[in-house]
Amino acid sequence: MDIDTREIRFSAERLAEVYEIIGRYPEGRQKSALLPVLHIAQAEFDNWLSPEVMDYVADLLGIQPIEVYEVASFYTMFNLKPVGKYVLEVCRTGPCCLVGAEKLQSHLETKLGIKPGETTPDGMFTLKTVECLAACGFGPVMQVGATYYERLTPEKADELLEQFRKENKRATYC
Amino acid sequence: MEVYRKQGGYAAVEKALKTMTPDEVLEEVKKSGLRGRGGAGFPTGLKWSFLAKPEGVPRYLVCNADESEPGTFKDRDLMVRNPHSLIEGMIVSSFALGANTSYIYVRGELFYVIRILEKAISEAREKGFLGKNILGSGYDLELYVQPGGGAYICGEETALIESLEGKRGNPRIKPPFPAVSGVWGCPTVVNNVETIAATSWIVQHGGDEYAKIGIGRSTGTKLISACGNINKPGIYEIELGLPVEEFIYSDEYCGGIAGGKRLKAVVAGGSSVPVLPANLILKTMAGESRLMSYESLAEGGFVSGTMLGSGGFIVMDEDACIVRNTWNFTRFYHHESCGQCSPCREGTGWMEKVLHRIEYGHGKMSDIDLLVDVAAKIEGNTICPLGDAAAWPVGSAIRHFRDEFEWHVREPRLSQERNYGLAGYADPLPVQAAEA
Ligand SMILES: Cc1cc2nc3c(=O)[nH]c(=O)nc-3n(C[C@H](O)[C@H](O)[C@H](O)COP(=O)(O)O)c2cc1C
Ligand code: SF4
Repeated sequence: MDIDTREIRFSAERLAEVYEIIGRYPEGRQKSALLPVLHIAQAEFDNWLSPEVMDYVADLLGIQPIEVYEVASFYTMFNLKPVGKYVLEVCRTGPCCLVGAEKLQSHLETKLGIKPGETTPDGMFTLKTVECLAACGFGPVMQVGATYYERLTPEKADELLEQFRKENKRATYC
Repeated sequence: MEVYRKQGGYAAVEKALKTMTPDEVLEEVKKSGLRGRGGAGFPTGLKWSFLAKPEGVPRYLVCNADESEPGTFKDRDLMVRNPHSLIEGMIVSSFALGANTSYIYVRGELFYVIRILEKAISEAREKGFLGKNILGSGYDLELYVQPGGGAYICGEETALIESLEGKRGNPRIKPPFPAVSGVWGCPTVVNNVETIAATSWIVQHGGDEYAKIGIGRSTGTKLISACGNINKPGIYEIELGLPVEEFIYSDEYCGGIAGGKRLKAVVAGGSSVPVLPANLILKTMAGESRLMSYESLAEGGFVSGTMLGSGGFIVMDEDACIVRNTWNFTRFYHHESCGQCSPCREGTGWMEKVLHRIEYGHGKMSDIDLLVDVAAKIEGNTICPLGDAAAWPVGSAIRHFRDEFEWHVREPRLSQERNYGLAGYADPLPVQAAEA
């Protein structure tokens, strides 16, 4: 477990945030803070949840590590493997497909040379297909970090990729 | 906040907390005839009246903002444009139910909406609408926003409760119902965003006034999120009872089918409800104009009708492939099944596989009846309604578009090159006549 050189610990501000969240629930119900705290942990530690990070969260909330693993693996927003700096989450559900989501997805696959679930060799982009993002009237839709990009065309997607390459800053949900 | 106050915002909080008892608020909601806007359409006042009230046990109100039903994107818009209307509704509803802590469970993908809500909540707190002894009434309320983690099933109310407790979103076996044993085993009401936002209007103007809007037992207005092959996709607030034809073709709403094409099919209430061909969505079997109301859309049962559901209105034009869309939806349900019940977990997987092979030209004629059979075996045999929600789109697609499935089997090559198109059954109305 100590192979990782980076220390798994929240900053003082992040810790304060965690304690504020725990305070939202009745005494003894701190497990309810699990999802919000996992989101914070993922954002803090390279946008994925390593076993060490999950153990740290279990420890913070006073619950068993297995209670964290089973939750992290249930929800699609938690990455259990390292991901690129930008995770491109393309909606593949019916309404988006009616207006061209499949074209967008295959364009991104060709352009980046990867399939859904894969990361570009330079570690910049991970392509991920997701189910309905609740933006069906504005499809095709792609979520990157906290931002929804709507009414996408292959051309607009290319511009976005360029923009991300320039910014070169990890995009997280929170 | 200032704008919302100037427009009379938070007047319902003042009225409820200063001049009404919780039971009086409940009475107004009952009188309004308001029905749950999350999909099931259950009368809200009745649901509230089931809430158990044992001495010394806290009660909870949880707002369902998980919005994940394909085709549905109304709650996000409401929360972004008017977060205070939801917060005001949360305050009066919590007051009516006697809840002192309430949660808004928002799908995790919408962190930017969560930030908007959190800011609005702190504004409301600064003005004294939240916290201890609100407006000197002696009523206390804390309101928190809880993020989900990306799981459609967490929109189901008992799965949502599990998720709020920090667990996997596995729906619970009912009974006990949340009204008796919900969050942390305490009595709980779960309501949709739009339902809760409507309660403040009802408190302010009275249940009788609300009941005057709409048609019959479909009172009030409803947010409809329209998408697919239409000229003006978006969110529209309609008075219940609006003719479907007007909704699709009028410039005030969807503005007709995009690119001057013809209407083929509509999924009227989110992906879970039966798909109808154009003729049956515009008119009932009896030849009456179909209206946007709980009753009219359900006219004819599942033989020739559908449901208002969540108000996710998905329009398909002549180029849409029903087989492909059905396969897509089935893959969605298979992906989102929590896996607790074998009919749902396995059945959605089988249907996905069989639909995939029909769509890609490897299907057999017997596959079509196999699908009907699997769908029928899932329906009614599962813990939560996701199983039904997965079965209905398949059953209805085959009921109304059987020729298209058969064509895929008969023409494995051709069906890879082009779509089936508009069959005779799909659009009885010339487009011009429909626009008039
Ligand atoms: C699989 C499934 C998903 C659901 N998703 C949602 C949802 O995203 N939002 C919602 O309000 N209700 C959803 N519901 C309905 C809820 O279980 C519940 O009926 C609703 O939140 C009650 O609120 P209402 O009475 O105000 O409609 C879903 C139900 C099922 C079975
Ligand atoms: S019907 Fe499906 S989603 Fe619902 S509890 Fe059963 S397996 Fe889970």
